[in-house]
Amino acid sequence: MAPLIEARDLRKTFGAITAVDGISLSVRKGEVLGFLGPNGAGKSTTMKMITGFLDPDSGSATICGADVNQQPKQAKAKLGYLPEGAPAYGDMTPAAFLSFIAEIRGYTARDIKARVSAAVSRAGLGAVVDQRIETLSKGFKRRVGLAQAILHDPPVLIMDEPTDGLDPNQKHHVRELIREMAPHKAIIVSTHILEEVEAVCTRAVIINRGRIVADGTAEDLLRRARNHGAVAIRVVEAEAARVAKALSAMSEIAGIETMEKADGHIRLRALPKTAGMPMKLIGDLLRRESLSVEEIYIEHARLDDVFREITMSAQA
Amino acid sequence: MRETLKTAYIIAKREFAAYFATPLAAVFLTIFVAATGAFAFYIGGFFQRGQANLDSFFAYHPWLYLLLVPAVAMRLWAEERKSGTIELLMTLPVSPAEAILGKFAAAWAFIGLALVLTFPIWITVNILGDPDNGVILTSYLGSFLVAGAFLAIGAFISALTKNQVIAFIISATVCFLLVTSGMELVQNTLRAWTPRIVSDAVASMSFLTHYEEITRGVLGLDSIVFFVSIIAFALFANAVAVGQKKSA
Repeated sequence: MAPLIEARDLRKTFGAITAVDGISLSVRKGEVLGFLGPNGAGKSTTMKMITGFLDPDSGSATICGADVNQQPKQAKAKLGYLPEGAPAYGDMTPAAFLSFIAEIRGYTARDIKARVSAAVSRAGLGAVVDQRIETLSKGFKRRVGLAQAILHDPPVLIMDEPTDGLDPNQKHHVRELIREMAPHKAIIVSTHILEEVEAVCTRAVIINRGRIVADGTAEDLLRRARNHGAVAIRVVEAEAARVAKALSAMSEIAGIETMEKADGHIRLRALPKTAGMPMKLIGDLLRRESLSVEEIYIEHARLDDVFREITMSAQA
Repeated sequence: MRETLKTAYIIAKREFAAYFATPLAAVFLTIFVAATGAFAFYIGGFFQRGQANLDSFFAYHPWLYLLLVPAVAMRLWAEERKSGTIELLMTLPVSPAEAILGKFAAAWAFIGLALVLTFPIWITVNILGDPDNGVILTSYLGSFLVAGAFLAIGAFISALTKNQVIAFIISATVCFLLVTSGMELVQNTLRAWTPRIVSDAVASMSFLTHYEEITRGVLGLDSIVFFVSIIAFALFANAVAVGQKKSA
């Protein structure tokens, strides 16, 4: 199965600034790609090139096999796009706005009604269809943008920060919607909310300074964290030196770190050489050496940490 | 081609309605009708002249357009860029040509509506005397063409900025120079430092000269070609500007 979204070596500079420096991506049907990166990393610029809004300096992008610059109409017909900030014509009502979009997309008068009402109910806009968009709250405005993007049930959906500025309930609603549509579409979602990646994405790409610095499932990325699967041990201060010495003698352990001291206790972290260090080995060791510990548990890395490690190390 | 016109029509419909979504339409139409009347009656001396024609009415149209047409044109692209909707529009299956044609057609139709609403003065002159309605019709057409040319220039300039005020001021200035290019003000300045051919070429660009020819009842091909080519050229420049600057 050919990928529905394909970007090949996209590059874009604005004056002296290189915004996107050779990004290649492909997304297949059923995939939800989380597009991550610090502000200014080139996320939006990349999406603007994939959707055909910006012409790349070099490289190309195709949607369902149609090049966005060579065959823009074919490509754009297959695409639903929610631009950053969900722009819409403020002087229109959602009903009029969505009808306009449906008409542009070539639906006949009868289909327009059906399409608009389906999009309105999917995006949960029922209560505000006849209010002017400029008078709506941020959450509703975003949902108008979402309704516009999914109106024609496109095989490719690209959304720039779809949940930005939404309250937790609204975020949940949007994620449910994405999950629901995921099996039938190729989706790219840019975000800087990392929990979103674990919640909806099948794959995450982190970009920094216009380049891809990581690409994999959320699980793959977590594995890149140095503390992933590390064992944390809390001991009384007097015992700490002995415990640390015993642990560092183990061949499975790459190193010992002292994390924090509090109320006469110290927290140590044992970093494993390979992922998945057996907890049992440590337990046996501690018993053998008759060392007493207060607390012992396996640490779970958070995507935030991975994100910070990857994007900060590239800066140094 | 049919698809282009269809898409342009859908866009034009939306744009035309957008004028009426704000007080802009009411303000513009009222002021246009009131001002054309006021100019004709007070400055043009419609009654004092004692002639059954609308010369005094049409004579001031280009001057009024200087102020009003850039006000209609300034929002066409600047607003799209400012609000970010240009990104939406340009990622829909719409070509730049369709968007440009649609927007221009909507604005032109809006000014056409303003012209139609001046019909009471036409009724008045027909009650008072026996005017040459053929001349009046060609004059309306000439006025509409001048408005279209200003509008196309204004739309192009609107595509260069996201600031509507800047779009307004620059369009008004460019249109002013085009109206006055045959007058002493511009010609004297030019003759001082350019060869004769340049000042003549600039004079031939004068909107007023072509417009006055039409309002005399001479609907010459050259005048029509002149205005239509200005419109075509400005719309082409508009397409280039939209293509180049959609990123900024």
